[in-house]
Amino acid sequence: MDTIELAEEITKIAATQTINITGSEAVLKALIAEGVKTIFGYPGGAIMPIYDALYDYENELEHILVRHEQGAIHAAQGFARTSGKVGVVFATSGPGATNLVTGLADAQIDSTPLVCITGQVFAHLLGTDAFQETDVINITTPVTKWNYQVTDATEIPAALAKAFYIAGSGRPGPVVIDITKNAQIQKFDYEGYTPCNHIRSYRPKPIIRKEYIEEAARLINSAERPFVIFGQGVILGRAEKEFKTFIEKGGLPAAWTILGLSALETAHPLNVGMLGMHGNYGPNVLTNECDVLIAVGMRFDDRVTGRLDKYAKQAKVVHLDIDPAEIDKNVKATVPVWGDCKETLPLLTELIEKKDHTAWLRKFAEATEKENEAVIFDELHPTKDEMSMGEVINVLNELTKGDAVIVTDVGQHQMVACRYAKFVQSKSNVTSGGLGTMGFALPAAIGAKYGAPDRTVVAIIGDGGFQMTLQELGTIMQYGAAVKIIILNNRFLGMVRQWQELFNERRYSFVDIQSPDFVMLAKAYGIAGQSINERKDLKAALTEMIEHDGSYLLEVMVGKENNVFPMVPQGCGVGEIRLR
Amino acid sequence: MKQEYTVTVYTENQIGLLNRIAIIFSRRKINIESLNTSPSEIDSVHRFTIVINETEEVVRKLCRQIEKQVEVLKAYYNTNEEIVWQELALYKVPTDVIAEKVKVERLLRQYGARAVVIRHDYTVFETSGHREEIEALIKALEPYSLIEFVRSARVAIIKASHGFHSKLKEFERGEPGEEVVENEFLNQQEGVFSM
Ligand SMILES: Cc1ncc(C[n+]2csc(CCOP(=O)(O)OP(=O)(O)O)c2C)c(N)n1
Repeated sequence: MDTIELAEEITKIAATQTINITGSEAVLKALIAEGVKTIFGYPGGAIMPIYDALYDYENELEHILVRHEQGAIHAAQGFARTSGKVGVVFATSGPGATNLVTGLADAQIDSTPLVCITGQVFAHLLGTDAFQETDVINITTPVTKWNYQVTDATEIPAALAKAFYIAGSGRPGPVVIDITKNAQIQKFDYEGYTPCNHIRSYRPKPIIRKEYIEEAARLINSAERPFVIFGQGVILGRAEKEFKTFIEKGGLPAAWTILGLSALETAHPLNVGMLGMHGNYGPNVLTNECDVLIAVGMRFDDRVTGRLDKYAKQAKVVHLDIDPAEIDKNVKATVPVWGDCKETLPLLTELIEKKDHTAWLRKFAEATEKENEAVIFDELHPTKDEMSMGEVINVLNELTKGDAVIVTDVGQHQMVACRYAKFVQSKSNVTSGGLGTMGFALPAAIGAKYGAPDRTVVAIIGDGGFQMTLQELGTIMQYGAAVKIIILNNRFLGMVRQWQELFNERRYSFVDIQSPDFVMLAKAYGIAGQSINERKDLKAALTEMIEHDGSYLLEVMVGKENNVFPMVPQGCGVGEIRLR
Repeated sequence: MKQEYTVTVYTENQIGLLNRIAIIFSRRKINIESLNTSPSEIDSVHRFTIVINETEEVVRKLCRQIEKQVEVLKAYYNTNEEIVWQELALYKVPTDVIAEKVKVERLLRQYGARAVVIRHDYTVFETSGHREEIEALIKALEPYSLIEFVRSARVAIIKASHGFHSKLKEFERGEPGEEVVENEFLNQQEGVFSM
């Protein structure tokens, strides 16, 4: 026997040798094999065996004990968004699992890769209304990319391998693995962990068809007013470079959805701004003037398109997406380009001609000028005594130079932050886009910090949304996550108030929300902070927040009844965007 | 225009998949007229036959959403002209009434039915065919104290299909070829590229 044969023989023998371990240990071994280092979770009866096993894995796996399972899953989302890795969550059965549902729905609609492991009652108790039994699989089916219940320990390695593969590949999404308690305790012959890279019924990426690339290139080359709109697909596909090369060669103006934000640096000359309801004036209006609309990794959400029958009717549409179900779903594609944009963009770049479209770009510049005069200048440099949300973001930009991760909650502050925050690198904007989940930002920021430990993470939150998950201050306290928190306090549920003002004749129905003393609250958790009311203190306060060693809470009192403009009112076309 | 479509879905045999597929319809408030689950020509592959009344555009989008599910291999949709289909029905009637009043033989011949059980108290007839044929026999039996009636879901064979064997081979490869990644735009060059 030569040495190679010998080595092969040894590997073979090793492969057939098994060790006797519990299902719980198999779970942890799977996580380690998948390169997981951080878990966000909360224990309880039905997941106790896994937590018991975790006790011995302290050196390999860091577990962050949150204060509510919703916090765990949003943290895992934040982690996934800044790290590009799969976020991992542990929760117990019953209420633990149901507390994950909002986060699952959020991750599903925003394509965030998660593996959530829930404990479940003993298999023999399934269907008996046992203590803390809920039908987790059926509750989570509509909000997961895949879910699976494990009732036997031997299934664990393969189930988790599939879970990680499905969560992270193709169009990513959340996966739930529900493991009955008997399977967690059960000992079995463990044969090692084999990652999954193929499931016969699952095609993460559609095959690229050259004829479509060619047709798309022909359309783009013949266009006089081409317009690129991009979404998170560019980030999820890790195709930022390919995307930039593409638009630079074609001289193509490009606007983003809020999930695509930061894929292209905000200062790039071809970055013409934000799409959608509170997006920039130019990208909205010119959507209805372009002749070829090139959508890259975005799904034509109604907040982006406004009324569909008034959306880009004049344009030929090229749609690049990894998910065939997105093609034609809302907007009919003239040329569908199925595939991973990391692969399709370079093919397309190769075939397009080098151009600069100066006159067309000037139209965007003119629109920006108009929006500057009507909205932006006043928002960033208000003359009123009251501070505006925009000026806070503006000063923050100055201090961070656009290098921070910005995590936003949902409401006016979210729209203002997305509109005005500057970004120099990708994976820097974390927000709940599709679901619009208030309470997302604080826990997501904690996760974002774990996902990007060397970066400054700033959470921008409304006074309303902060009160939805403020219990996670406890998590920050316990683990010292250096999250910078800005509460933009307008003493209203601002976004709803704005709609009531504009569309319900100022009938302010239950939007007047009171808040505790946020600074004292932070102090109770050992978190430093201050509240400011005057412009003169803004820069110093933001500087102190950023420079402070550790987490910091800064409350900024802003105008009570400021509105976010421009706005495409619901039921209107993008061309009907209002500047005031 | 809304019309009857038969959706044929090839899947892995997995618990919970029925729910995953059903909620794609219920979420959009689309009524499933008929649903059948069955084995297919391939051992490990399951086959759903679903009938809905919808426009082609809606059905096409539904099929994409169905195919997106991890355990679904393929979803097809067809109009009634494109398939051979049957439903099966059982009818229970009192034996004495039927023996007394009806020329049973003629009735059975006329409706292509047969008696599957004949007892002194009741008789069960069975027929299979299209909806109208099954309903015609109800009408015929109603005057004779029809006790119980049940109709099965539709089963359908796609006329143009060559079966799933060759497709499955493609799926089993790490890199499936064009066979499984049909792109319905492909054969409509003119229609699609309207430059
Ligand atoms: C969980 C949840 N409940 C309700 C809403 C509806 N909603 C959207 S924005 C908003 C107001 C948010 O107020 P606040 O957090 O103070 O932020 P602001 O708009 O004032 O910046 C509400 C209630 C939501 N998006 N999420």
